[in-house]
Amino acid sequence: MEETIKFQLNGKKTESLIDPKQTLLWALRNHFGLTGTKFGCGMGFCGACTVLIDNEPVRSCQLSVGDTAGKNIITVEGLANDGKLHPVQKAFVEHDALQCGFCTPGMIMNATGLLIKNPAPSVQQIKEGMENNLCRCGAHMRIIEAVQTASKEMKGGK
Amino acid sequence: MKKEQIKDQDVLQTSEHHGMPRRDFFKILGGGIFIFFRPWGALDLSGTPAVQARGVPKDYNAFLRIAEDGTITCYTGKIEMGQGIITSLPQMMADELNVSVEKIKIIMGDTDICPWDQGTWGSQSTRIFGQLMRTATAEARGALMELGSAKLGVPVSQLIVKDGVVTDTKDPKKTVSYAQLAEGKRIEKFLDVKPSMEDFTKYKEIGKSYNRKDSLLKVTGEAKYTGDMKLPGMVFARILRPPSHATKLTSVDYSAAEKIAGTKVVRDGDFIAVLNESRDKADEAIVKVKAEYSFKELPVNDKTIYEYMVKADSTVTSVKSTGDIEAGQKLCDKVFDSEYHDPYVAHVAIETHSALAQLENGKMTVWAATQSPFGLREGIMRELGMAADKVRVITPFVGGGFGGKGEFQQGVEAAKIAKLSGKPVMLVWTREEEFFYDTFHPAGVIKVKSGIDKTGLIKFWDYNVFYSGTRGADALYEIPNIHISHHSQKNGSSPVHQFGTGAWRAPNNNTNTFAREVQIDVMAAAAGMDPLEFRMKNLKDEHLLGCLKAVADKFGYVPGKAPSGRGIGVAIGSDAGAWVAHIAEVKVDKKTGKVEVVRITCAQDMGLCINPEGATIQMEGCITMGLGYTLGEEVLFEGGKILTLSLDAYKIPLFSWLPKIETVILDRKNEPPQGGGEPAIIAIGAVVANAIFDATGARLYRMPMTPERVLEALKKV
Repeated sequence: MEETIKFQLNGKKTESLIDPKQTLLWALRNHFGLTGTKFGCGMGFCGACTVLIDNEPVRSCQLSVGDTAGKNIITVEGLANDGKLHPVQKAFVEHDALQCGFCTPGMIMNATGLLIKNPAPSVQQIKEGMENNLCRCGAHMRIIEAVQTASKEMKGGK
Repeated sequence: MKKEQIKDQDVLQTSEHHGMPRRDFFKILGGGIFIFFRPWGALDLSGTPAVQARGVPKDYNAFLRIAEDGTITCYTGKIEMGQGIITSLPQMMADELNVSVEKIKIIMGDTDICPWDQGTWGSQSTRIFGQLMRTATAEARGALMELGSAKLGVPVSQLIVKDGVVTDTKDPKKTVSYAQLAEGKRIEKFLDVKPSMEDFTKYKEIGKSYNRKDSLLKVTGEAKYTGDMKLPGMVFARILRPPSHATKLTSVDYSAAEKIAGTKVVRDGDFIAVLNESRDKADEAIVKVKAEYSFKELPVNDKTIYEYMVKADSTVTSVKSTGDIEAGQKLCDKVFDSEYHDPYVAHVAIETHSALAQLENGKMTVWAATQSPFGLREGIMRELGMAADKVRVITPFVGGGFGGKGEFQQGVEAAKIAKLSGKPVMLVWTREEEFFYDTFHPAGVIKVKSGIDKTGLIKFWDYNVFYSGTRGADALYEIPNIHISHHSQKNGSSPVHQFGTGAWRAPNNNTNTFAREVQIDVMAAAAGMDPLEFRMKNLKDEHLLGCLKAVADKFGYVPGKAPSGRGIGVAIGSDAGAWVAHIAEVKVDKKTGKVEVVRITCAQDMGLCINPEGATIQMEGCITMGLGYTLGEEVLFEGGKILTLSLDAYKIPLFSWLPKIETVILDRKNEPPQGGGEPAIIAIGAVVANAIFDATGARLYRMPMTPERVLEALKKV
């Protein structure tokens, strides 16, 4: 049964008539057209579907839309501000921290969540914070460098 | 302008392969200057049976177009899956036309507008295709000069081309743009290209580092992959899958699935799919289908497969035979007999096999995550009995391939369901389907017998590969007596591989380089020599010697006889025309058997490097990905069931595995460009195994080198 669910989506108040049992991942992709959030495994193991909910990185394949009522959801499409890339996005471009790009939105959302919590993480803390986001192309080294650069730009770094 | 001589037969072949009469082709594309090109002689240099079976293209398999508005576009059946040719191919064209890289567009993997291509694999895009494209671009420049000469009334020798304009050097006011030259024309040139070797040092764009062209789209979520496409009325499909290989459906009841709102079931024999506008509902419906199967118990599991391979009645092919093995053995002071094992390994692209299919007015259009758009088109033609001009395959961004997307089962399945249902169908395989139908890197056994004389020279090399293929099986070292053979599937015998196997990044070479380089290390240790020195002593190939010197220099290598306790290993290899040498440093926890790779340094000789940034990214990716098959990846199976069906059960490299990575690309400006997407992965297994030996004295003959296997090997020290 469809219900009206209210939440904040990429900075906008959103009200939607939707089946609350629908997985957040598929709702974002099919209902809201936000296809930046990717399906990689559907079991919470790969992190390609990571979004921010109340600034916390979460796996959107493990939540239903109903669970997000009243919350603030940010997807990769909602990071850039007025056409200006978010520092994490910018750093990923500068460092070529991607290849096929399929894990990239999840990586960026997870890294953003990490930097909100810990604005100046050490390399070890970045590795721990990013550990469960999978990349098959092997962009790991550059992703770590990009997160360090973003941290500096966000004035978290020393 | 004169047209190159072409035979009628060639035109016919062109039409057949395009699946579209050339007249239509031009109708779609409009006017301009077209340079068609195809490789001279045999294209296939990769040597893999799969590629050979698919054959070589007979068509002019790419073209360059200078359109009436002056835009320069290359149309190719190659695809971008992260390897970066979207950046490096335009670089190869920019110099010849004297335009900036940004001015060049590249259209990839659309079977209606791109000429036939065998597929994107074997690190061929740059070394073969790119070279041809560069030569074709030079031809285009020639055509523009001739046209410019006629238009301006000055001889060609007096003209220069720059930034899209042909200019008279004697009177710089006399100019004509590419756009003006191409306007209202349709000029075709057909080239059987033999790539010319030129002095690459004169080029400005080639050899320059460029960041990825596609990263802005990829960091904002705007880049469209197959699963991101949407069509009106589109439904999601889930297919009924058997619980294990070698099964037959005996009964099925999908009445419960049909009760889920909006669900439709389609069936063609044992092929059953549920459809729903909601992916969640399709997921819900498929588990409601009750199906029973008869099983055939498969004779092997992940532990017994190796013995099974060696004992199987195989076809034995001699790959190389020089000198006399027995005579060589008589010259030896020490002889070594070893057996190496490598398991099945999965591709695990983060994007699973996906396809969107739509049948409209008798024409099937399929968007697919594939390394082989033309292969998929042929697959659909075969399966659905459709003509070439009724099937179009379009390749959006591909989320990783590694060889696994050379197969295209999902595209055929989506097309079949679209035909059965009459609706646009989105099929995105689950991770379980991916692990079940993936064509694994084949498991294999390699038996090596070799020996050295008193001075540490290798005198014979008797090398037998069982079922894992011979790419990378060359001895590489200077050995007077060599025998290399391949034991493979015998026609009519029951299949040794129990599921599909296929190309996996640098196919076969990871297995062969592991066996060869560990065997070399075994001999170096027995000779009481430093492993790097032993290699240098037995090598003559200047490319490999160059790589060894470069990697030792970068690493700051200090010679020492293994096992030195330092945990430093050496390995070399060759793939896709390029050469690599690696040095690794590891730490081994002798209590738990856990191996930590601290550092890997790699030197690569890839001939002329087009885009050093792109090549470096590929090398880093190879090294990181290689740690997976080296330390943890193994497909486990029993009785036809795959046991590693999730990313929890099957672990790929994580951030915590990451060593310090350093790379060097040798400066080889005057040698032809070689492959870059695969070479640096091939030696990771061996270099880590050799470093483990140096750390502990434990010798590992089997990948992956899990803590249990390291502990086992430590017991034998």
